[in-house]
Amino acid sequence: MRLQYPPNLRIIEVPCTGKVDILHLLQAFEQGADGVMVVGCMEGDCHYMVGNLHARTRVKRAQEILNTVGLGAERVAMYNLSSGMGGRFAEIVTEMTNKILELGPSPIRRAMGKGQMVREAGEATT
Amino acid sequence: MIKAKPKPLEEIIDNVKDFSKLLIAGCDGCVTVCEAGGLKEVKVLASALRLYFTQAGKQVQVDEASLTRQCEKEYLAQLNDRMEGYDAVVSLACGVGAQYLAEMYNHKPVFPGVDTCFLGVNEERGLYSERCQACGRCILAETGGICPITRCSKRMLNGPCGGSDKGKCEINPDIPCGWELIYERLKTLGQLDRFERLVEPKDWTTSRDGGPRKIIREDLRI
Repeated sequence: MRLQYPPNLRIIEVPCTGKVDILHLLQAFEQGADGVMVVGCMEGDCHYMVGNLHARTRVKRAQEILNTVGLGAERVAMYNLSSGMGGRFAEIVTEMTNKILELGPSPIRRAMGKGQMVREAGEATT
Repeated sequence: MIKAKPKPLEEIIDNVKDFSKLLIAGCDGCVTVCEAGGLKEVKVLASALRLYFTQAGKQVQVDEASLTRQCEKEYLAQLNDRMEGYDAVVSLACGVGAQYLAEMYNHKPVFPGVDTCFLGVNEERGLYSERCQACGRCILAETGGICPITRCSKRMLNGPCGGSDKGKCEINPDIPCGWELIYERLKTLGQLDRFERLVEPKDWTTSRDGGPRKIIREDLRI
């Protein structure tokens, strides 16, 4: 397909987004991630029935926590798409990267002494 | 089991924002089952607090621990070696555990990280409901195994009040009438005659009316 998307994305593969724990999301920010995107299967298409629904609730809780601690809920997001939607994947990665670039570096990374604009936009699960 | 729910993060932050060395102490007992305390919730809260302090430009040490039970001295004593290193503790145990922790380490400020709610059951994950008010004198034998003190909003002892409507309580149509439940259960058990027996006024001296309660079991004491 030769689709292009921003190169500043680190993909962490998990068997199912149901494996993504709230701690994975929070600890990514503790380690300086500017944004995290969780990319799961389409709702209703989970091989494990409800893995992506669990992931959605965890992302929502992470958003609430990030809002309260001053990082902003927008830095973490959940997307649903199938393995046949390569074009859409490139689109959402671009969309999330642009959103994070607009928000600027995470205050955590700034506090860690790495104040320059970070090109590593986040993580994705497939 | 004791049921609790996490306190709002804002409230916890407000309580601990002026300290620089914090211990988040969980309890692996009841509050772990309702996912309000325990090691997992300790890690989540500690992570959230570290994010808060870091973005606020504060250098605060936030450590994690979880004890088998915070309502027993032997388990609390596991913190003896560590406690001196902290300015304050956030307890993710029920009100009992948090108080015993404060009692044992009385020179350390202890803040509750959960709101302790009631004695209840897990209907399903994330849905807990009250079943016992620990009144100190159980009458379940008379009421088909359903407690009118807990399940009836007015704690009626001799059948439903006039607010019972189609099996629901007048205070909320989502709450079943406790006495309707008792009636149906006694009918199932073939014990409707119990329903006709008058219950004497309850002796509330075993409940909260006498102040903080104590159980002394001489057969167990050394």
